[in-house]
Amino acid sequence: MENKRLIAVENLCTHYQIEISFVHSLNDYGLISIIELETGQFIEEDDLADIEKMMRLHYELDINMAGLDAISHLLKKLQEREKDLLKLKNSLDLDEMGGF
Amino acid sequence: MEFIDYYKILEIDKSASAEDVKKAYRKLARKYHPDLNPNDVTAKQKFQKINEANEVLSDPEKRKKYDQYGKDWQHSEAYEKAQQEQGQYGGGQQRYSGQADFGGEDFSDFFESMFGGGGARGGSFSGGARQVKYKGQDIQAELRLNLRDVFSSQKQTLTVGGKNIRLTIPAGVENGQTIKIKGHGGAGVNGGPNGDLYLTFLIQNNTKFKREGSHLFADQDLDIYTAVLGGEVMVDTFDGKVKLKVAPETQNGAKVKLKGKGFPVYKTEGQFGDLFITFKVKTPVGLNETQKNLFVELQKLSQDGK
Repeated sequence: MENKRLIAVENLCTHYQIEISFVHSLNDYGLISIIELETGQFIEEDDLADIEKMMRLHYELDINMAGLDAISHLLKKLQEREKDLLKLKNSLDLDEMGGF
Repeated sequence: MEFIDYYKILEIDKSASAEDVKKAYRKLARKYHPDLNPNDVTAKQKFQKINEANEVLSDPEKRKKYDQYGKDWQHSEAYEKAQQEQGQYGGGQQRYSGQADFGGEDFSDFFESMFGGGGARGGSFSGGARQVKYKGQDIQAELRLNLRDVFSSQKQTLTVGGKNIRLTIPAGVENGQTIKIKGHGGAGVNGGPNGDLYLTFLIQNNTKFKREGSHLFADQDLDIYTAVLGGEVMVDTFDGKVKLKVAPETQNGAKVKLKGKGFPVYKTEGQFGDLFITFKVKTPVGLNETQKNLFVELQKLSQDGK
């Protein structure tokens, strides 16, 4: 099993100077996953980039949790569409050969 | 260096209040924020301009200086000197920018010329004077390879941002595919973790094979005699030739699948896609009289048989 680095939510909030309620709200909306251990609450390091993004959108652009949730879904959809587009672009020249 | 009309960028007029500036900035930032426009270079550039405009117009001192000297910015140095003597400048804001992911770009030459390089970078949190640990900037890089290069896994040493990175490129990587190399981006801010390196593969296909995922496609010329009577042909696969049986009465455009003769399946050791061969039947040219006569005879036989 792959070992994941964990970051204590408390440390996260101290470093970023954000309220713990913000991180809890992200968790409540399913935007991140807080891991509960005996030693406290943690997030996976891989979630850090997403949390930073949510912070920027929330604090800089004044977007509330519902908005972050909607944006998160739309960005995921956009990513999927981009993947599809790339796949289509790569297979474009196959058209000349006729499909299989 | 050209004058930049910050009011025009924020789509407000000169009499706009501080609240108007804030509103205009937020409205435009929501439209062009890099987090909301991933991989959109135009939006990113637009956001930089909006950020810069906000940096100037949301700061009363900077706005005052800009309003007074904007179009005559070349003369602003004298103004600044006078102000510094009076101790009005030099506070050196420490606002942190949430720009770690956006490439850490600088403001325009116009901005630097007028306000110096010490201004806060845009998109800042409104708190001010925060020493925040931030993940370093993510770096986007491109690696150009030939299709043959990615037929097997290979080790490469890349130089990104002056650092050498050794990595194994897995066989079967796709054109346009991006992989994340953790911790090889920019250094963290105030001791935060390093950013990541996002490496996009641009794979040039200069072979006769077309590729779709792990499947390959190619045309194979077939002379009319083999097409009619059947036989064997040597067919090029990606890593060599194979002998292929041709069924009698094979039609032009007929397709054959060679199982496992395609491209490696990404990150699946020992698995390959298929190679699809399309037969292109070639009509003979430059026939001599005997050959022509035989074809005529064949035609007659064919017509009689109807």
